[in-house]
Amino acid sequence: MVINPEELASPISFSLNGETITAGAEETILDAAKRNGVEIPHLCYSQRQGSDGNCRACVVEIDGERVLAPSCCRAPTEDMTVQTNSKRALKSQKMIVELLKSDVSEQAHTLNSELDYWAGKLDIGIPRFEARHQPQADNSHPGIAVNMDACIQCTRCVRACRDEQNNDVIGLARRGTHTQIVFDLDDPMGESTCVACGECVEACPTGALMPADDVGMASPDRMVESGCPFCGVGCQMTYAVKDDKIIYVKGRDGPANHGRLCVKGRYGFDYIHHPHRLTKPLIRRDDAPKSGDFSMDPNDIDKIFREVTWEEALNFAAGGFNKIRDEQGPNALAGFGSAKGSNEEAYLFQKLVRTGFKTNNVDHCTRLCHASSVVALLECLGSGAVSNPVSDVEKADVIIIIGANPTVNHPVAATWMKNAMRRGTKLILMDPRSIELSAQATHHVAFKLGSDVPMLNAIMHVIIEENLTDSKFIAERTEGFEAMKAHLQAYSPETMEPICGVPANTLRQVARLYATASNSIIFWGMGVSQHVHGTDNARCLISLALMTGQIGRPGTGLHPLRGQNNVQGASDMGLIPMVFPDYQPVDDKKSHAYFEELWGCELDNNLGLTVVEIMHAIHDGDLTGLYVQGENPAMSDPDANHARESMAQLQHLVVQDIFLTETAYLADVVLPASAYSEKIGTFTNTDRLVQIGRQAVPPPGDARQDLWIIQEMARRLGLDWNYKDSKEVFEEVRKAVPTMAGMTWQRLEKEGSIVYPCLKEGDLGDDIIFTDTFESANGLGKFVPADIVPPDERPDEEYPFILITGRMLEHWHTGSMTRRSNILDALEPEAVATINPISLDEMSVKTGEMITLSTRRGQISMIARADEGVPTGVVFMAFCYYEAAVNELSNAALDPSAKIPEFKYCAVKVTAGGETMQFHSYGGGQSNNKLM
Amino acid sequence: MGRQEISARKSGNKLKLPRTIGKGRQVDPKALAEVQALLGDESRQKDLLIEHLHKIQDKYKHLSAANLVALAREMNLSKAEVYEVATFYHHFDVVKEGDAPPPKLTVRVCESLTCSMKGSENLVTSLENTLGKGVRVQRVPCVGRCEKAPVAVVGMNPIEDADAEKVAAAVKNNEIEPESLQVIEHEAYVDNGGYTSYRMCKNGTYNIDKVLDAMDDSGLRGLGGAGFPAGRKWRIVRGMPEPKLMAVNIDEGEPGTLKDKYYLERDPHRFFEGMLIGAWAIGIDEIYIYLRDEYAAIRNVLEVEVAKLVADPPVEDMPIIHLRRGAGAYICGEESAMIESIEGKRGMPRLRPPFVAEVGLFGRPTLEHNMESLYWVRDILEKGPGCLTDHGRNGRVGLRSFSVSGRVNKPGVHVADAGITMIELIEEYCGGMIDGHQFYGYFPGGASGGILPASMGNIPLDFDTLNEYDCFIGSAAIVVFSNQDKARDLAVNAMKFFEEESCGQCTPCRVGTAKAVILMKKPQWDEDLLEELSEVMIDSSICGLGQAAPNPMRSVMKYFPDELTKAGAK
Repeated sequence: MVINPEELASPISFSLNGETITAGAEETILDAAKRNGVEIPHLCYSQRQGSDGNCRACVVEIDGERVLAPSCCRAPTEDMTVQTNSKRALKSQKMIVELLKSDVSEQAHTLNSELDYWAGKLDIGIPRFEARHQPQADNSHPGIAVNMDACIQCTRCVRACRDEQNNDVIGLARRGTHTQIVFDLDDPMGESTCVACGECVEACPTGALMPADDVGMASPDRMVESGCPFCGVGCQMTYAVKDDKIIYVKGRDGPANHGRLCVKGRYGFDYIHHPHRLTKPLIRRDDAPKSGDFSMDPNDIDKIFREVTWEEALNFAAGGFNKIRDEQGPNALAGFGSAKGSNEEAYLFQKLVRTGFKTNNVDHCTRLCHASSVVALLECLGSGAVSNPVSDVEKADVIIIIGANPTVNHPVAATWMKNAMRRGTKLILMDPRSIELSAQATHHVAFKLGSDVPMLNAIMHVIIEENLTDSKFIAERTEGFEAMKAHLQAYSPETMEPICGVPANTLRQVARLYATASNSIIFWGMGVSQHVHGTDNARCLISLALMTGQIGRPGTGLHPLRGQNNVQGASDMGLIPMVFPDYQPVDDKKSHAYFEELWGCELDNNLGLTVVEIMHAIHDGDLTGLYVQGENPAMSDPDANHARESMAQLQHLVVQDIFLTETAYLADVVLPASAYSEKIGTFTNTDRLVQIGRQAVPPPGDARQDLWIIQEMARRLGLDWNYKDSKEVFEEVRKAVPTMAGMTWQRLEKEGSIVYPCLKEGDLGDDIIFTDTFESANGLGKFVPADIVPPDERPDEEYPFILITGRMLEHWHTGSMTRRSNILDALEPEAVATINPISLDEMSVKTGEMITLSTRRGQISMIARADEGVPTGVVFMAFCYYEAAVNELSNAALDPSAKIPEFKYCAVKVTAGGETMQFHSYGGGQSNNKLM
Repeated sequence: MGRQEISARKSGNKLKLPRTIGKGRQVDPKALAEVQALLGDESRQKDLLIEHLHKIQDKYKHLSAANLVALAREMNLSKAEVYEVATFYHHFDVVKEGDAPPPKLTVRVCESLTCSMKGSENLVTSLENTLGKGVRVQRVPCVGRCEKAPVAVVGMNPIEDADAEKVAAAVKNNEIEPESLQVIEHEAYVDNGGYTSYRMCKNGTYNIDKVLDAMDDSGLRGLGGAGFPAGRKWRIVRGMPEPKLMAVNIDEGEPGTLKDKYYLERDPHRFFEGMLIGAWAIGIDEIYIYLRDEYAAIRNVLEVEVAKLVADPPVEDMPIIHLRRGAGAYICGEESAMIESIEGKRGMPRLRPPFVAEVGLFGRPTLEHNMESLYWVRDILEKGPGCLTDHGRNGRVGLRSFSVSGRVNKPGVHVADAGITMIELIEEYCGGMIDGHQFYGYFPGGASGGILPASMGNIPLDFDTLNEYDCFIGSAAIVVFSNQDKARDLAVNAMKFFEEESCGQCTPCRVGTAKAVILMKKPQWDEDLLEELSEVMIDSSICGLGQAAPNPMRSVMKYFPDELTKAGAK
């Protein structure tokens, strides 16, 4: 399947069952027949998995041919005479379905067996053949039931796994009647390398692969077209709802995913039905003091909070803020919005802080992920957005992926990359770790941690030295090249080799490959951005693209892979302390005036504080009131103990969330809010696609939609807001964000997604930007040289290892959602850190045993998991585990430009053994949401 | 706060334990070192998977799961890809944790048509009873020695006219290496004018058009069984864009066929020369020779003789020659399945169109030939087309290499006139029927060409002449049976063979052959259902295997109806 189907060539006319019809040049007989209302049985063919021609159910009679032909594989030719329903064709079609029917067991595993459908259509009774010996069911996987007694060896699952998702876990083993679908070496699915993307389940026509627990045997009450709440790829999906519970999801043909999903999207939806959902507003009990050093069980909240009415909660929440604002001044207040909420929520939240709190102290988790990328992009190109969509990998000859692990963090985007590589696109993977994509890389450049700038400078040095630059592009579209050229003089690959640990020759090869390819595209992630030199890293990548002219065309450009499903939108909406919506600087007179006019009130023109700065300000006693909507800084902030202590110090903390998070535990008021699938709103993905998410189920109990809560808070902060619904908010967003001005709610509802820039109604939107000019004042791209800045805390005798934090496939961020999902919790139940087996050996630790990590800031214990991909002397750990929260260890040192902390590097001590992890009422594989 | 502490360690089954390792099987360092040592500095490219699997199987006598995972890593393939290939071929023994590896020595007993007529079942039984646990006795399909049936292969050592004593002796004496062959070696071949014709092609003495005309005029047809005119095939591939490849099919697996073996055991360079001339005529600079794994002695010969040829090439720019080893799969005799196998994959036939000549090996235009088709090329050039066209009888023209086996006095390869009848062949070449055996019927074209009764022993045997009887000559493998045999039993044997050898890709063949065997083993055949099934298999199977599999069964219903009555079934 292709992202952009080719135009069809001139049509062919042929005779089908006596009537002359036409077919496109690429069309098969089966497709052409279907288009003309003639159904031909087919099982191994599907639109997604394409044709294979193995089941033979679709055979037809073609005049002049000795045997029947599979219509799914045959293109008609001019004047061909085809019969789909002749006696001879029907005899084969029927017997083939009968043979397959005879081999599958009578036990149904799905309500939608395609085999049964065709057996019914062809009027096939009880098969006249004896059944085969049936294989045992394999229920080893928590999410997928394997019932090979229903398997017809059509290989749709193999193709889904191998050709679409490129996971290549499923194979067709043995031969003849013993032919069998297997996972890896015929291992139980749950013990295989399966990443549970579920593509095979969606592909299976007979129910041999189904969601576990028989949910596939239930008839949903309704199917709701919506989207995925997790990462920035922006997959569209359909929720199957029964009795107001989501029972399963299916991938939908959205521009970013074309039906594909990953394990989180497909199996992570049920967290919304977890018993821990907050269903009543809560106010902290007077006798429950706050402490940064706490242990909490969200199942046991009575000792800390009391349930109250919405009226009481809202009055108390807003009253606390009013009091601080009036007594201590607006800058004693701050708000953290959410990159998980909709554009409309983000817009209203920042508007509340700016017009209700009257301060610019509003930020969100972008500060912790791509702030440095955005700062560099704004500085060099005048816009923080990605230049090209992920799907442009199809047009790229070379892909650079640096500091990103897409198969884990953007799994569906990774499938398009892997598809491209299969077709011959070359991958330059720059990562100190060896990751899944390393196997497909032309070059895996495993540079020393933190040496991004010397490595990238050396590459640029080669490009200049070997005259591989695009001088026309440099002359016409950039500024500052001469200074850059002079700056790079000192960075020869030979000089940089010992610093970045990459052979000079490799640096040269990579430079040539990137620069001389017709189209090269760069993707990056947190490995680039989360450093004290994160902005410099991004500046280098931008310079690399500028000097080679690898931007502004299809298949080129710069793509910082966005993490949260709406981190792009939250930034666009102005959840950033320095800018209003659309990145308009708060200290710029013109934009200031514009927003004062739009919002009808005076606005602060001082830059607000960022996430980590807010924590420091609280610590210093300068900031005393904080409103947190859908974020969990107690887990996600660096040096989390410090963050928790700060928040415990607050006079007034209001947390609006769906669970009692570690942050909510420190709150004075907790407002029970709505999950993604409980509301309607727009979300902007990593490709700048604004997509609509629809409500599938109502919020539980007395939980309310966030838009309502924000508005009720605003009214109590003295704002006269009367937004009827998301649509009305969106109308205002169009005024605040000119690049979205052309989008109408009606069109979004109809088309599901629109890409910006979309300046006026009717614009299609541009998926590629910077084609003629950059967004800077003079339209030019700016070269900004970067020097070598070492990591803030380097290993020493006491802390000899380096700690990298990050994420893992099954768990989302701080784990508050995914660790409450049955399947995801079962797949990764408790905290693990990955470490090279050689390092483990040196400590005499076996994989699976406990280790303890300590830094200058804290100490946690978890299970060690051997991973050859992690360099020796390095530990990697995801920050999703409350029982071993790695951000208690991470370093809060900031990048000077973007104020992003250095999550990707700090010194750590690793010791064998450790205290057993303490679980509360979630995590550890306890999740048991009842869906039916 | 009242903490309800739960430790995953303590709470037993309610809480799940995390994986101690990454997802799936991890690479075992010891197994990786073993694989690396075996592969040495040989290329890890994907198409060498089967070659590399052989190295592990040869060394350890099985493929352990750990070694497969290590090989996957080493070749940058997925575990599933390696496993599906390893389990497709009969000659690989995949052994997973907890499974006992097979005994170091395997005795393979052929159970195909001729060997079964000559008592292979009894041989298997007595070997199983006598050889003991240290030896594995395996029933295998035809090993190409039908003229000396029954045949057992001890390790790689073939025991012809086998009985339990002979086999036991070989086992006892550890005689497990293939026999050594006395062939016309490179030096002798060259001394007798070998490769002169090839040189004359290359230096322009032979004109390409004249060579192609000679090929056309000779009437040479594809001798693997399909009978496609060789000259026309050359012209078609010659017209295809470069780069082009040649693939030579020596996966001689059709039960009863032994002609390729016959020629290679005698004069391999004659084949090489034809192959090189073909490559020259078509513009091919890379050739893949695919030899069935059962022909171990020939493999040794070809390896040595190709090395000699490469060391002392007749011309400077000789094409690159790759020798590839099959791994026990009849289906790889099918041209596109063979191509898949050369590419290191399961031998699953491809759908056509596109044809191999257009999109073949590694996606390139490919000339695929049976070995024997190339074997005749030198003669055609040197002696003229008449070397073939001067022969023939009963209105047919040419020579055929008949592989005759069964109840005749002189089985073996007989080069005879195209168009000769079965009765003539028995009388003139095969020394008549064995004493006490009366000619009852024959398979004119191996297991797949159908069965004809003695009463139809006067039909000219050639391509096309048997079509009207729903039979074909194929590779001219003729199995003669007598009044002491039952056509019905032989048909069941053939259908079981097809069930075993079906690649499993398409429904009519995978499921159809299995269901047919069940139905054919019943005392009373459901002839209507079998006929319906046959028609569907013929009409809808992807390749010739499934399309031809019903032939013997239909022949029984058509020509041996007496055997299907209650009386006949006894």
